[in-house]
Amino acid sequence: MHAGAALLPLVLDRVSYAIDGTPLVSELSVTLQAGSRTVILGPNGAGKSLTLRLCHGLLRPTSGSVRWAGAFSGEPMRRQAMVFQRPVMLRRSALANVAYGLKLAGMAKRERDDRARAMLDRVGLLALADRAARSMSGGEQQRVALARAWALQPEVLFLDEPTASLDPAAARAVEAIIRAIHEAGTKIVMTTHNLAQARRLADEILFLDRGRLIERTPAEQFFRAPTTPEATSFLREESI
Amino acid sequence: MYDLGAAFVAALRLIGGLDPGLLGIVALSVTVSLSAVAIAAVLGLPLGAAVALGRFPGRRGVIVTLNALMGLPPVVVGLFVYLLLSRAGPLGSLGLLFTPGAMVIAQAILITPIVAALARQVVEDAWAEYQEQLRSLGAPPRRALWTLLWDTRFSLVTVVLAGFGRAAAEVGAVIIVGGNIEGVTRVMTTAITLETSKGDLPLALGLGLILMTLVLAANTAAYAIKEAAQRRFG
Amino acid sequence: MTFARRSLLVAAALAATITLPAQAQDKFIIVASTTSTQDSGLFGHILPLFKTKTGIEVRVVAQGTGQALDTGRRGDADVVFVHDKAAEETFVAEGFSTERREVMYNDFILAGPKADPAAIAGSKDIASSLKRIAEAKAPFASRGDKSGTHAAELRLWRLAGVDLDTAKGNWYRALGQGMGPTLNTAAAMNAYVLADRATWLNFKNRAELAIMVQGDQRLFNQYGIMLVNPARHPHVKRELGKSFIDWLTSLEGQAAIGDYKIGGESLFFPNYRRAAGSGIGGRRTRGLRTHRRRAPEPGAAPAVPQKSG
Repeated sequence: MHAGAALLPLVLDRVSYAIDGTPLVSELSVTLQAGSRTVILGPNGAGKSLTLRLCHGLLRPTSGSVRWAGAFSGEPMRRQAMVFQRPVMLRRSALANVAYGLKLAGMAKRERDDRARAMLDRVGLLALADRAARSMSGGEQQRVALARAWALQPEVLFLDEPTASLDPAAARAVEAIIRAIHEAGTKIVMTTHNLAQARRLADEILFLDRGRLIERTPAEQFFRAPTTPEATSFLREESI
Repeated sequence: MYDLGAAFVAALRLIGGLDPGLLGIVALSVTVSLSAVAIAAVLGLPLGAAVALGRFPGRRGVIVTLNALMGLPPVVVGLFVYLLLSRAGPLGSLGLLFTPGAMVIAQAILITPIVAALARQVVEDAWAEYQEQLRSLGAPPRRALWTLLWDTRFSLVTVVLAGFGRAAAEVGAVIIVGGNIEGVTRVMTTAITLETSKGDLPLALGLGLILMTLVLAANTAAYAIKEAAQRRFG
Repeated sequence: MTFARRSLLVAAALAATITLPAQAQDKFIIVASTTSTQDSGLFGHILPLFKTKTGIEVRVVAQGTGQALDTGRRGDADVVFVHDKAAEETFVAEGFSTERREVMYNDFILAGPKADPAAIAGSKDIASSLKRIAEAKAPFASRGDKSGTHAAELRLWRLAGVDLDTAKGNWYRALGQGMGPTLNTAAAMNAYVLADRATWLNFKNRAELAIMVQGDQRLFNQYGIMLVNPARHPHVKRELGKSFIDWLTSLEGQAAIGDYKIGGESLFFPNYRRAAGSGIGGRRTRGLRTHRRRAPEPGAAPAVPQKSG
């Protein structure tokens, strides 16, 4: 997909993140491999969103290191993408939103418009290409955000609770797109509060609690028989 | 009360008669203030956005200073520009004193801080919302600056209008650097000052009414354009 | 950023279009004169005549006398046209002009409330009238702005034997404003006020004010015109400025001045005399200003004012 060295695996080595001395992520060490769909679970305040941002490079760890295999220090962003819980749409058409990332990457106008249209088609929104993005529904906006991320052909796609603000129908549409992106060769790293969704999407689970990595287990096994007491009580409470 | 009634009559007579002197004064007022606003927008909008996005030592001091400069007294600006452009001053050889060019310069200096300070606030609020997504897409602050300016364009229209209003309303700067020369540098506000000093209060009031109508019209037009565009582009 | 560069070009183009026409229009001069002269409407009458004859546009910047002379010193005007002979002669002595010509005179009047608390209505003696105002401590509005009118007012107080520093009180209001605003305030305060006749005739907001004292020779007000010295300021438009001064002191210009009337009344009385250049109506006035018996020939060395009586 990309010429040059692959980004993955991503190695987090004793990563910590603190604000004003309060530790929010402590001594997190994990290696993310290509191929699988990784879902991060945990109670509120576990540090899931922070971990995503530390991996993506939006935040810098206060100690420890985040290392990509290609040993980039400059522009690893370009080969990854992130979708947030609330989609941030620019004040322009859906097509222009999707093309924006490509414009930043230096693509020519004709080419990026073509690619943007193709992406909108893949998420089922080609008919709304010229609609003002900010006037679309939440579900449609999130699909535009996914199209925008996908258009960059990222090696890794991070998603922070992408369906938390959406109704079930829109959520299912988003899940289908995530699956399609994965099938096309992008690694998925995602957080969610929705256990059913995690069951549907995850290949492996990273379970965090109070800033620490408690358990890392293949998904099927995690939901059947988690290995740690924290994960066990978490599953019990969430299932109520 | 007598004066107000006489003022309306004077204003109507002026407008109705399409007095060429009045038309010239109105045209010059609009030209000078619009030019000043254009310069202030070109300089002030990117400046405000840069301060909003930038992280540099002394940033807070710059913000406070920009906000304070919004209250620059026009007479002070006028005096400063007068000393600059006077033949006895550093830029005297340009021969700009007592010309509309000097008035544009003075007003541009006056309103650029307003545009910059208000734009900074607008862009900073937008940056808070957009920052993570823009950085994720690969836009460092330098490039995000123009994206934000374009995205906040409707709020920025209001900012530019605020600058125009200030320029069209001031008299202290233009009277010093322009000299209120009939047919050359006389604008609405300096004409009002002149007629007041001559004791012709109804005429002065009439001119004032015309001026306020102009500014009101400009604001109405801008608001309508903004609403229409917003409906179209969200 | 192409957008940034484009915007800077737009701004530069705008600035150019505003400033260029000012340069392209070559045939104009800047005359620094006083607000009272402008307010009288004289310029509106004579300048179009001059333009028709010579094609030269005269741009008048109206300021206080002090400021007008300062504008000349800085070289921001080509010609200075004010009415304060002592200050003008100083201007020449300092080398900022090589020649001062007397052009016209007008007169001051003392206006006051019809109620007339100082009982001076109809008087022809300005000195005794002022004295009575000071004694009655009747409200008096002064321009207080170092203008020619203000200087004249101060001289008249001295003439009246009133020491303002000791006599000053609540009744004497120094406003620091031009003639129009001062009249406005005097009308509102029902105060006595010294004004030039021209501004008075044009002044529409009189309320209870009327003329109290006029016709005293000491109330006459001499105007002088000077070309700013090109030796001091090389950019001064010597030929065009001289053209204006020559016209104003020619038969034609002097007639135009005399023709300017409000309500049938002349405001200004032309009095340029070649090789004489002094005196009101040919006579010396006493007390109001210092005069020499003989004036210099035009083109002679700059005049030096001598303080006589």
